[in-house]
Amino acid sequence: MRNRICVSALTLLVLVSCVSAADTVRVGSKVFTESIILGDIATQVINDAGIPADHKRQLGGTRIPWEALLRGEIDIYPEYTGTISQEILASKQPMSEAQIRETLAQRGIRMTRSLGFNDTYAIGMRRDVAVKYHINSISDLAMHPELRLGFSNEFMDRADCWRSLRPAYHLPQTDVKGLDHDLAYKALQTGSIDATDVYSTDAKIKSLNLAVLIDDLHHFPEYNAVYLYRADVQARFPKAVAAIERMESQINESEMVDLNARVELQKLPESKVAAEFLQHKFGINSAALDAVDSRTTRIIARTREHLFMVAISLVSAIIVAIPLGIVAAKRPRLGQIILAIASIIYTIPSLALLVFLIPIFGITGYLPAIVALFLYSLLPMIRNTHAGLIEIPRGIRESAEALGLPPRTRLRLIELPLASGAILSGIKTAAVINVATATLGALIGAGGYGQPILTGIRLSSTPLVLEGAIPAALLALIVQGIFELSERFVVPRGLRLKAESAGL
Amino acid sequence: MFHLIGVSKTYDSHVALQPTTLRIEPRQTTVFIGPSGCGKSTLLRLMVGLIQPDAGSVEFDNTPLNKGNLLPSRQRMGYVIQDGGLFPHLTARQNVTLAAHYLRYPVTKINSRVQELTDLTHLESTRLQLFPAELSGGQRQRVSLMRALMLDPAVLLLDEPLGALDPMIRRTLQIDLKAIFKKLAKTVVLVTHDLREAVFFADTIVLLRDGKIVQQGPPQDLLNKPADPFVTEFVNAQRDPIEVLDA
Repeated sequence: MRNRICVSALTLLVLVSCVSAADTVRVGSKVFTESIILGDIATQVINDAGIPADHKRQLGGTRIPWEALLRGEIDIYPEYTGTISQEILASKQPMSEAQIRETLAQRGIRMTRSLGFNDTYAIGMRRDVAVKYHINSISDLAMHPELRLGFSNEFMDRADCWRSLRPAYHLPQTDVKGLDHDLAYKALQTGSIDATDVYSTDAKIKSLNLAVLIDDLHHFPEYNAVYLYRADVQARFPKAVAAIERMESQINESEMVDLNARVELQKLPESKVAAEFLQHKFGINSAALDAVDSRTTRIIARTREHLFMVAISLVSAIIVAIPLGIVAAKRPRLGQIILAIASIIYTIPSLALLVFLIPIFGITGYLPAIVALFLYSLLPMIRNTHAGLIEIPRGIRESAEALGLPPRTRLRLIELPLASGAILSGIKTAAVINVATATLGALIGAGGYGQPILTGIRLSSTPLVLEGAIPAALLALIVQGIFELSERFVVPRGLRLKAESAGL
Repeated sequence: MFHLIGVSKTYDSHVALQPTTLRIEPRQTTVFIGPSGCGKSTLLRLMVGLIQPDAGSVEFDNTPLNKGNLLPSRQRMGYVIQDGGLFPHLTARQNVTLAAHYLRYPVTKINSRVQELTDLTHLESTRLQLFPAELSGGQRQRVSLMRALMLDPAVLLLDEPLGALDPMIRRTLQIDLKAIFKKLAKTVVLVTHDLREAVFFADTIVLLRDGKIVQQGPPQDLLNKPADPFVTEFVNAQRDPIEVLDA
């Protein structure tokens, strides 16, 4: 019986990992607005070509989608040429597009041509100031030493930014300060600085009506947007490759600024913004165009994902942790080792644990999240099972022994029922912790309540953060309530009597 | 019934029982007595096999106790401890019948045995449906005794069975217990630190001190022929209050 439960739990885990079917193109994206829009565009044009495509959105920074692409967990994701050469291929020298293409090909990855815009660093000024001083390019800045410059801290520190920009353009300004990027925009608006660094497709360029100065000496590396895809996609879905290649040179910088602004400033969903762009420019009518994405349907979907992660991890942890807790109670030396290992696992920060698990269980989807939740659930359950068993008074344990009952029968009829309260409260603790920790699943594309939280943080939208945080808190309370109710059914009445009389 | 041959037991550095040889006669009540930590409980626990001797062997019914025969041997011993050792999650009746159910006794046999024991121990039968937490101390001991007697064991081993009860209830139970012992005519071994209780029950008293038997024999011998000044000292320490007043 116990073996059968183990087997079915394992089967379930395996099934979960195979959920992404082989006849779907899996598109990935990084955790920022532009990448998600480009991911949605790719997904929708591939769908339009008659091939089912699925978007695993906001898969963390560069490393996660790149590794996922190499491992075949996703097929396509948007990237930038500068990032590919410097971060992914870690090249010291600038690489030509042909060089990049060749290096990638050796690893089974192909790259489209530029989608039409270069999302690099740029210098932005208030338009009225630029007009007043007749400044169009960065070179023009050299003639105005009195201008006050404020740059983001990263821009101040990076070797390819201010530290080399200043000598390259012989910039004479002395009033240069480093500050937070968001504060820099505010300072620019209030006029306390005259110029700052921006991304060339930054939505703020539009909303603050900034003038972007031309990098006339081509100082900044090029960050041309491209799609990376696995070489085998060409063979499996030639139409999908044709569909994303159709986007080459089709999105210019101002169009991208506009798309970013519609998401970040007008708070429209990325999929809708992508769909409208495709309809307007290519006459493609994507299903996402009229998809009603009400808050209720979103919350229901997130709840399903969240419960799925919590339930599977909790059930598997119960199956493993209770026997381990019993072993720990019966064999004190082995028990110390088991408890020590479970404690160490428990202290690993959840993000670090996810990173450990990624090479073993893959990058995207439920599995690493479920395994992490499973591991976190072990300690409270093992510890409570162990404590519940060893705290049984000696007289009661020995009375059972003296009755001539064999050890297994004693465990089943006497010891486990006596420890049931402690075991149940261990499961309850683990379940509540699980509900909270499962929000991290969103980091690796497993969805759940973490997804609106993550998006909310990215778009600095409090309502979106609350859309994840409130249901997560409610779910934790509900789970706690359910376990407290279930105590009446699980913990024998005789024990509850004792608790009541002890309370008097 | 029991034959302990050269058994000893040491915990860490504390000697609980020095090498001891002792024979427990069948159908008699033997009482182990002595001050705290003298080894009287250790002796009893060795006989039930709850602890294993460091040296020597324990024979039960002419067979040495070992891992292989421990479980069936225990089913022929009834064991009662100070606060009853009842399982708090089971009702009194479930406590009593647990082992019988495990051994798959027929229900009719279980029911008639429970009835017999209820009569024997003078427990009100309505109490059987209650949980240990709902019973008084005296009732708990009666239930514990029923549990010990359920399988009709050859011997009854009681470790300070009345130690936690107040004096009046204790007196009632002493009288009831003695009647039960007499009626059942089983081998009884009882541990107590109360000399009056020992004298009240015992056919044979075994007085221990520091893990060693000091004197063993009928109660009169302890009072009239002390083997050792300690015996006199121990007896005098528990003199009757009336005697104290008279003196």
